Amino acid sequence: MPLLEIRNLKVEFDTAKGAFKALDGVDYTVDAGEVLSIVGESGSGKSVAMLAVMGLLPDTATITADVMEFEGGDLRTLSSRERRKVIGKDISMIFQEPIASLNPCFTIGFQLAETLKIHTDLSGPERKARVLELMRAVGIPDPEGRVSAFPHQMSGGQCQRVMIAMAIACSPKLLIADEPTTALDVTIQKQILDLLVQLQQESGMGLIMITHDMGVVAETADRVIVQYKGRKMEESDVLSLFENPQHTYTKALLSALPENATGDRLPTVSDFAEAGGF
Amino acid sequence: MSDDAILKVRDLYRTYDISGGLFKKASQLTAVKGVSFDVERGSTLAVVGESGCGKSTLARMLTMIDAQTSGSIEVDGLPIDISKTGISKDMRQKVQIVFQNPYGSLNPRQKIGHVLEEPLLLNTDMSAAERRDMALAMLEKVGLQPEHYGRYPHMFSGGQRQRVAIARAIMLKPKLLVLDEPVSALDLSVQAQILNLLKDLQDEMGLTYVFISHDLSVVRYLADKVMVMYFGEVVEYGTREAVFENPHHDYTKTLFAATPQADVDSIRKRLAAKAA
Repeated sequence: MPLLEIRNLKVEFDTAKGAFKALDGVDYTVDAGEVLSIVGESGSGKSVAMLAVMGLLPDTATITADVMEFEGGDLRTLSSRERRKVIGKDISMIFQEPIASLNPCFTIGFQLAETLKIHTDLSGPERKARVLELMRAVGIPDPEGRVSAFPHQMSGGQCQRVMIAMAIACSPKLLIADEPTTALDVTIQKQILDLLVQLQQESGMGLIMITHDMGVVAETADRVIVQYKGRKMEESDVLSLFENPQHTYTKALLSALPENATGDRLPTVSDFAEAGGF
Repeated sequence: MSDDAILKVRDLYRTYDISGGLFKKASQLTAVKGVSFDVERGSTLAVVGESGCGKSTLARMLTMIDAQTSGSIEVDGLPIDISKTGISKDMRQKVQIVFQNPYGSLNPRQKIGHVLEEPLLLNTDMSAAERRDMALAMLEKVGLQPEHYGRYPHMFSGGQRQRVAIARAIMLKPKLLVLDEPVSALDLSVQAQILNLLKDLQDEMGLTYVFISHDLSVVRYLADKVMVMYFGEVVEYGTREAVFENPHHDYTKTLFAATPQADVDSIRKRLAAKAA
């Protein structure tokens, strides 16, 4: 049984101009211990799918799916109260803007302990010890000193480490990372990606990596789903995707990478769209 | 260094005063520490470095937004030191800038046509009809349509807005164009279109670019020379081939090692390491 199984997921948003289809019948499965990468440009629906799983979409969204199961439990029929027991404990998520995701009014130690307070029976001192342990696990130097720091006193990379610590606080079975390194420098990006993959391998959790960066896909993924305008274009393991892309859109994406430039000009996706039709 | 340099920078420093607080003494921060380089006419210099390394401070000085603390800048034979001489219209026409975020750099209440005409209105004596003709010609040149003239920025996509920002920057036919991370806010396929446009414009108008970026794959594609900055200092400066094939400084090596590798061999290697 897969960890997360979604069949025929559709998400529509009510807008002033009528319904907008953000996702049109996409399937996702993730096994325990697997890194799935969802790649696509803005507007491809890559974030919407996972926000639907987390129950974080606004009321204007209509979500339908034939199957939406986490560890065999149906996610569609959960009440918000039941969902909150799963979210943050068994499934957790990291967002793109680390500094914006933390509350500026509380210390990071407090914010880390909050997750533990809600989802575990640990006592105060036990929580404190676990917070320090988590900060050490994600590589924050001097945890004892930094535990009482506020988010604005830390760099973007450090804040993202705090977000990761928060996400893995309750040893989740599935971690969803939505563009975790887009706002960070290349050298910091490398550290964060290495950390995520290392944590994933140690704990054997499932990891969903949402990104628009083919480099990040190449560095982390086992399996890849390519999305475009709310539809799945291609799904394959990472090596075959780069070695032998099947869909025209995937080929277009790969050839638009500047490092793959062969001639003087970069081919663009619209060149392929005219020729291949998708 | 070469004679045909359109931009000559010698020993440039910029120091900011950090005001003290109740418990903190005022101090100084040197963002750019003794930078020297030349850029040849019609070529592209890429400036690479992480956030806080002083690359945007350098851009601000080149585009006359900020004055240098010491050192000299010379654009097309014209010395620039705005703290002493101020800015003339002549100087403004030589250097223009394109910013990173096309959503933030356009006034939401200004029509595209007016965006393009404003530099002409401020810096030249052209009549309204001439300005309009130039704006329409420019729209076509950057791959937009004449009907976009009367539209507002929110009606455009990110890539189209960046085209508008580039069009605005080249309205005055500048000698030097400073591009501060012009494609890092854009999708991959749109990024390719904008990079193509920049290349075309350079060939057509003989523009010189100072291209600021942290994306090494883009730099490798576009640059003639590469300058790597680290904590306000230049740690590596040379032709693209020299820097990419034989980096000397440790920071440059770290930077290369950190850049994700999207080729099949590296993926195979990673999967093999994981299986082991």
